Amino acid sequence: MKYIYYPGCSLEGSAMEYDASTRSVLETLGAELVELEDWTCCGASASESQSLLLSLALPARNLALAERDGAGVDVLAPCSACYLNLKRVEENTRKDEGLLNRVNTVLSEDGLTYGRQTKTRHLLDVLANDFGAERIAEATTNRLSGFSVVPYYGCQCLRPFTVFDDPERPHTMEPLIEALGAEVFGWSMGGKCCGAGLMTTKKELGLELVGQLLLAAQGADCIATVCPMCQMNLEIHQRTASHMMGRDLRISVLYLPQLMGIAFGLPEDRIDLKRNFAAGPRFREKCAATAGR
Amino acid sequence: MSMSGQTAGKSEDAMHGVLKEGMETVREKVRACMQCGTCTSSCASSQAMDATPRELWRMTQLGLKDDIFASKTFWLCSSCYNCTLRCPRGLPLTETIAALKRIALREGRFRDKRSPMFYRAFMETVRRYGRVREMELMARYFFSLGNPLVPIGFAGLGARLFVKGKLSIKLPDARPEGKLDAIYKKAREMEADS
Repeated sequence: MKYIYYPGCSLEGSAMEYDASTRSVLETLGAELVELEDWTCCGASASESQSLLLSLALPARNLALAERDGAGVDVLAPCSACYLNLKRVEENTRKDEGLLNRVNTVLSEDGLTYGRQTKTRHLLDVLANDFGAERIAEATTNRLSGFSVVPYYGCQCLRPFTVFDDPERPHTMEPLIEALGAEVFGWSMGGKCCGAGLMTTKKELGLELVGQLLLAAQGADCIATVCPMCQMNLEIHQRTASHMMGRDLRISVLYLPQLMGIAFGLPEDRIDLKRNFAAGPRFREKCAATAGR
Repeated sequence: MSMSGQTAGKSEDAMHGVLKEGMETVREKVRACMQCGTCTSSCASSQAMDATPRELWRMTQLGLKDDIFASKTFWLCSSCYNCTLRCPRGLPLTETIAALKRIALREGRFRDKRSPMFYRAFMETVRRYGRVREMELMARYFFSLGNPLVPIGFAGLGARLFVKGKLSIKLPDARPEGKLDAIYKKAREMEADS
């Protein structure tokens, strides 16, 4: 399996461990990743507030590059915000020639054209549907027996475009967690919002949303995430959220591919666990015990 | 409404050319809203809003522009898309929120500067470098707010990211031209002409 890899800005900064673990785990599974050359920002959620055309042209620039360099190869985006922005271009230009022309008029300034030939995939979609639980179980050498894992999906890999999961009751992660030997923690908040960028601009509200999620996840060993924004919101504000809710809300939070890397027996630096803010001592001890079995 | 909410008006409009997207476009998007309230009950942030999403659509249908922009409702949207997913009329509600933000930014109709200034700082960083540089983004954001208390609130977070090696310290580029200048310029021209 070959993919054009679009890491996006977060994976170069605050989500470096998502980048490292994604690359390592996909390599273990036998995938080939070719990083998109000269990629630029997808516009995140800021571009849409300023210019509708720019909010489409920014992601389209990357899709045009992908078409030029790797026609017919799926574009892989681990960040849910990047995924949505790239997907939005594909969906919105599919039946709208006028929009496609406008986007291409902008891209021509950079010598590029988008020809609607790309298919953008989220990392979770690729893991579940191109590789699947069986392959993942085969690659698992250190079964995470006795681990209870909370599947957390967030919003933008599920909505508004429902491509690979049920946006009301997402379940894609469950067989993957079980394939690692862990148990799925039962909850109904997998698709509930973490507050996203509100944590920067409206912190009180962001903390409330994060607090509710952390509270509902208590009792599990860790939360598994598939989005840099979700991960950061859930891991870095635990102390403040605990104060606010008057309860100890600490819990380990890992990117799904990091958890897979542990089960695959990859060395810790290949999944960059040292960069996590919430991979607590109890969780690490339990991992070490797993590796020793 | 504070000064920042009123200063822009017509001069800003003139500066950006006559934009096709105005309140009529927004109104068109929610014309079929039947006030069922599914959006409000699906909204992650509704408890913190002064007007609920349902009320916002009604105000839009009625053309109550001042009430809409006096409300902080659309600034509290986290783009979770639950309302869009569940709207029984299939209306593009999250998109409508974005359209309201665009008008508010264009016309300077906002009281709380935090979200608008963050969006602007973000887009400016991307124009220059093609990618987000988190340190410079936050520096621009803080500078635009002009409130020394805001960066203090983020100092702890910044320090923690730095210790984890997640913040790369690059000096701002002195060159005025940016990686994405041509694309930004063209998009803005085309939107002004439409």
